[in-house]
Amino acid sequence: MALLQISEPGQSQAPHQRRLAVGIDLGTTNSLVASVISGSASVLKDEHEQWTIPSVVHYSTNHEPLVGKSAQEKAASDPFNTIRSAKRLMGKGANDVQQSWLADHYQFDLETGSIPAFKTVVGNKSAIEVSADILSKLRATAEQTLGGDLVGAVITVPAYFDDAQRQATKDAAALSGIHVLRLLNEPTAAAVAYGLDSGTDGVVAIYDLGGGTFDISLLKMQRGVFEVLATAGNTALGGDDFDNAIADWMRTRAGLEQMPDQSSHRQLLRLARSVKEQLSSQDKTSYALNLSDEINISGEISVADVNAIIEPLLKNTLAPCRQVLRDAGIAKTDVKAVVMVGGSTRVPLVRTMVSEFFDQPVLTDIDPDQVVAIGAAVQANVLAGNKTDDDLLLLDVIPLSLGLETMGGLVEKIIPRNTTIPIARAQEFTTYKDGQTAMALHVVQGERELVSDCRSLANFELRDIPARVAGACRIQVLFQVDADGLLSVSALEKESGVLASIDVKPSYGLSDGEIEQMLKASMEHASEDVQKRALAEQKVEGRRVVEAISSALEADGDTHLSVDERTDIDALIETLLEKLEQDNGDAIKQAIEKLEAGSSLFVERRMNASVKQLMAGQEIEELERTLVSSDASRET
Amino acid sequence: MAITMTERAADHVRSYIAKRGKGIGLRLAVRTTGCSGMAYVLEFADEVAANDAVFEHRDIKVVVDQKSLVYLDGTELDFAKEGLKEGIIFKNPNVKDECGCGESFNI
Repeated sequence: MALLQISEPGQSQAPHQRRLAVGIDLGTTNSLVASVISGSASVLKDEHEQWTIPSVVHYSTNHEPLVGKSAQEKAASDPFNTIRSAKRLMGKGANDVQQSWLADHYQFDLETGSIPAFKTVVGNKSAIEVSADILSKLRATAEQTLGGDLVGAVITVPAYFDDAQRQATKDAAALSGIHVLRLLNEPTAAAVAYGLDSGTDGVVAIYDLGGGTFDISLLKMQRGVFEVLATAGNTALGGDDFDNAIADWMRTRAGLEQMPDQSSHRQLLRLARSVKEQLSSQDKTSYALNLSDEINISGEISVADVNAIIEPLLKNTLAPCRQVLRDAGIAKTDVKAVVMVGGSTRVPLVRTMVSEFFDQPVLTDIDPDQVVAIGAAVQANVLAGNKTDDDLLLLDVIPLSLGLETMGGLVEKIIPRNTTIPIARAQEFTTYKDGQTAMALHVVQGERELVSDCRSLANFELRDIPARVAGACRIQVLFQVDADGLLSVSALEKESGVLASIDVKPSYGLSDGEIEQMLKASMEHASEDVQKRALAEQKVEGRRVVEAISSALEADGDTHLSVDERTDIDALIETLLEKLEQDNGDAIKQAIEKLEAGSSLFVERRMNASVKQLMAGQEIEELERTLVSSDASRET
Repeated sequence: MAITMTERAADHVRSYIAKRGKGIGLRLAVRTTGCSGMAYVLEFADEVAANDAVFEHRDIKVVVDQKSLVYLDGTELDFAKEGLKEGIIFKNPNVKDECGCGESFNI
């Protein structure tokens, strides 16, 4: 007998035609899978009747990887083979591992391969493989519950995930045999779960404090369309940090310098977490962890104690809140609603602080742990084609500007941050030297003015450019970001049609640190950057002038100039070259002006000569055509 | 004859409708597709059409069009769980045989 689900009126599907799709919230601490069943989205329970599956995987030689609660139970007895918080290392390099607290808890292989890997009894496991094992478990739960194969899943990622982290998430899904319908930003999913697409127009803030990451996003709803106005956050702040801080407090109180081993440290962390959870609903509680005569951690802890411990951490979430308001040009009073997402928003102090900051009560109607998965499920149901007349359209933004390196190590931003995706933007570049036949393209991500301060994403070359004078070639560089936030860049030389392109599958090891730090740095160094940029631009301009005049001199300097005149110009070039070696922008500018003034006679004589040559023996009509076509090329 | 519903099925339909926020009950129908000829249609009902037969189970209405009723008369709706999966079962006395999965059937 078949178990049938109830459909919306007119939307019943033929047998075996239902397209099963799920939404997956792949979290740092917990993961969830949800689906639309009988008209409403709900989180699916696993065989233990649990709907949150801890994002923990235990590896051992004699059984398949354990995922979830059964893995968590192994944490105390077998810490090195029980991997948690792997999401923090998605798309990260060896440097990031060393900076992370995970480095103190696990053994890593940072040498073999390009991605850092956890050392386990069954060999090296990258964060991608660990995530794939979690996803496999979610997939199995979903397929058993829904009774069929999945056509795909919408997987949520923090709005702040960069290209490398998004790609790593897609790789993990592929490894677990899940077709990704779309990666969706977590705040956007939360907005969908609240059904805000059918609500009135306005701006909503999504405050998401999960186990390991913090995100604040401003979403604008207009005629049923979501647009992410701005996002900010901290990729290394969450409930785990509260647990660590509370554990440290309890340990210090017991007069202990440190815990004797990993296993006891984990027991303490577990105690800290349960204390935190209890204090969400009561004023004080007692705790006890009695490991031996020396290690006896016990006492009483009150809400006031916990508030004092976590308040400094929480204050770190308010700066990003201010930033998104600034980025979007929105006043606090324009924010219509504040949605709380993530288990850590159950902590009463979090609600109070956020509500005070935005000066309004915060929304907590939907379980903050489930809200993202539910939104993803709703979106998955639409994308799988189970809803015909749905006009839900989601727009996400890119978290950091994308650009190209130009001469002088400067960044030309092609797509500014917070641009909605999918997006394609083209810009024309040209050659810098006469006879240049190749161009190196360096794709970077970040807010700073100089390439050295941004994150390098990819390098590629455009070859076989026809040899022309500097500035004559027209090379169109196209940046495309798809709906998942993945970037492809192509360069096309318009005359010959030569094309080079690259899909940015960013190398995992390249991260230059945290995105938030990058954003902060761009604020702090704003004026310094402007000066650096101005200097670099002067230098590029200076070299261009030297290049142009030198090549002209070489071509016909002796025809148009006397020996003395030539010597004067050579001397001015020398002076400019000297100034280019120093870092004084004004001096370079003066030297350029002197050189241009000094060579003006030469330039004029050359112009006259070439005009004469051009006009000799030409019909007026033909001449006009030449002029028109050169005008046209200047415009583009 | 009539179409009936077990208490368990009624409880679940009631909670589905509550979650959905509107609806008067279920609409059942039969259409000719599927691997064995006919298939059940199971939808939320928002209204009753002129020629519909309506069977009430307390506050839940089961709405069936006259054409489908021929194939469905005597059916009892039940709710069941198999492992992690749960859903509505049609116990239809008119059915001669059905496809392996039970989603479509022959009379």
